[in-house]
Amino acid sequence: MHNYRLTALCAIVLVLGFVACGGGGGETTVAKESSQPAPAAAPAGNGAINGTVNYSNGDPDTAIKMGADPVCAGLHSEPVQTETVVAEAGKLANAFVYVKEGLSGSFSPPADSQLLNQEGCRYTPHVSGIMTGQTLVIRNSDPTLHNVHALPTKNEEFNQGQPFQNMELEKQFMAPEVMVRFKCDVHPWMAAYMGVVDHPFFAVSGADGSFSIAGLPAGDYVLEAWHETLGTQTQSVSVGADGAVDVAFDFAPTAG
Amino acid sequence: MRSETPEWLHRFAAVLVCLIVLLISAGGLVKSKEAGLSVPDWPLSYGSLNPPRWWEIENVRAEHGHRLIAGTVALLTVVLAVAVTRREPRRWVRRLAWTAVAAVFLQALLGGVTVLLFLPTPISVSHAGLAQIFLCLVVTLAAVTSRWWRDGSTPAPAAPRVLRAATVTTAVIYVQILLGAVMRHTGAGLAIPDFPLAFGRLIPPSFDFPIAIHFAHRVGAVTVAALVVWTVARVWREARSEARLKRPAAALAGLVVIQVALGATVVLSGRAVLPNTVHVATGAMVLATSLLVTLRAWRLREGKPSEAPAASAGRFEKALT
Repeated sequence: MHNYRLTALCAIVLVLGFVACGGGGGETTVAKESSQPAPAAAPAGNGAINGTVNYSNGDPDTAIKMGADPVCAGLHSEPVQTETVVAEAGKLANAFVYVKEGLSGSFSPPADSQLLNQEGCRYTPHVSGIMTGQTLVIRNSDPTLHNVHALPTKNEEFNQGQPFQNMELEKQFMAPEVMVRFKCDVHPWMAAYMGVVDHPFFAVSGADGSFSIAGLPAGDYVLEAWHETLGTQTQSVSVGADGAVDVAFDFAPTAG
Repeated sequence: MRSETPEWLHRFAAVLVCLIVLLISAGGLVKSKEAGLSVPDWPLSYGSLNPPRWWEIENVRAEHGHRLIAGTVALLTVVLAVAVTRREPRRWVRRLAWTAVAAVFLQALLGGVTVLLFLPTPISVSHAGLAQIFLCLVVTLAAVTSRWWRDGSTPAPAAPRVLRAATVTTAVIYVQILLGAVMRHTGAGLAIPDFPLAFGRLIPPSFDFPIAIHFAHRVGAVTVAALVVWTVARVWREARSEARLKRPAAALAGLVVIQVALGATVVLSGRAVLPNTVHVATGAMVLATSLLVTLRAWRLREGKPSEAPAASAGRFEKALT
């Protein structure tokens, strides 16, 4: 009988132990931040690529339903659109453009960190770029909880909670990877994409579809434009020692 | 103290069975909503037992609610095992109770590990499979602590034939639930988008893993339905006078009809959360009911126990002694 009592006691202690110990509460480290796009670490030349990302359609985005969290719904007085395809007057925003091939040498990451903000139950920016080894600060600016779930394939996956407003955590990606997707499992409409590259020659197209990559050394490069749903396009570009080269990417709606 | 199993022990176990079905339903809801990682840490939730506003946020309510029900079930299973240890004269029943405790703790561990490792399919499927084994253990506890089981009855001549059918049916239902778990956790629930046909045919024109596992689950459903008809027919034909078999057999038949309809609804609704969740819950009830028919057929084969417990033990009981 004593044995059984002892076993029962151990079981109860185990139950309490399960719920009482450990658990990640979220990190609150703070780092310096910079606004998108990430700054160049050490431009190696004076060449530049200026470009435009065009889109042959102007379909409006769809509205997000935020009813799954009343706080999120209460943060917006107007309907909030997804940022999947943001296009106006034939110009496409949120395309990540980067030098895919042609660079030589190594580039140091900038000292400033990059910010991924959870604001209004959305990620800001929706699409961004970061250098390998650069510090990424992930902040919860919302008065509700979020989990930050990064889904890389070449870097380490993580999923961390940020239950309170203004919590921050820091991360780094050490391997180039275009793109790393972020999602919030609490709010399924939240998604962000981050291009991780080992050089500073990248940009994200703005609302007018334009982008600019500066500080390139003279050379022949392969430039790639990535879009969340419209896929990727590449083109070869020759950059001189000085001056800018103009390029354009033309995306069309995907079949189906 | 252990001279006779008190009736409340049976009722306690029966209530626990209901709570386990609720727990499995809650787990099904988590998967149906893809909310498994909405609480990223474990064993705490956002570093707390009571994360902020968890009941207001759909996905957190699903996952944290699942954890709270699981904690309650684990605690009650320990309480049941302690009570069985104190009041139950049969040693094999006492062992069964602590096996249930071990199962529920292993189940909690699998649940935690699958969250921390971002839901790897083998662990998530094991979590789903062990949930059903845990349910079966407590169903067995509830059955064997009932007065009817303890008092026994006149051996029924047809019981061995019913037992064979019910045992096979229960085993196949468990395999079918595992197939369903693999299908759900590999995202193959809509791999075959039409119903009752598959891509407009009886057999899909081509196979990859998602289509194969989905089709296997459909073949499993047909097999289970046929086996249930076989079992129920045996009960009706050969053990018509045994109400203890007829009632769960009738319930089993009804549940299988509902379950097939729910499976069809899951596909045709594009995996809507409600039918998807109820499909998981009904699957658990089908298994539990089939197990009950099996256990009662077993008991009817054995008949009334003699005064000497060791001599009265059937093969099932001896195996646990």
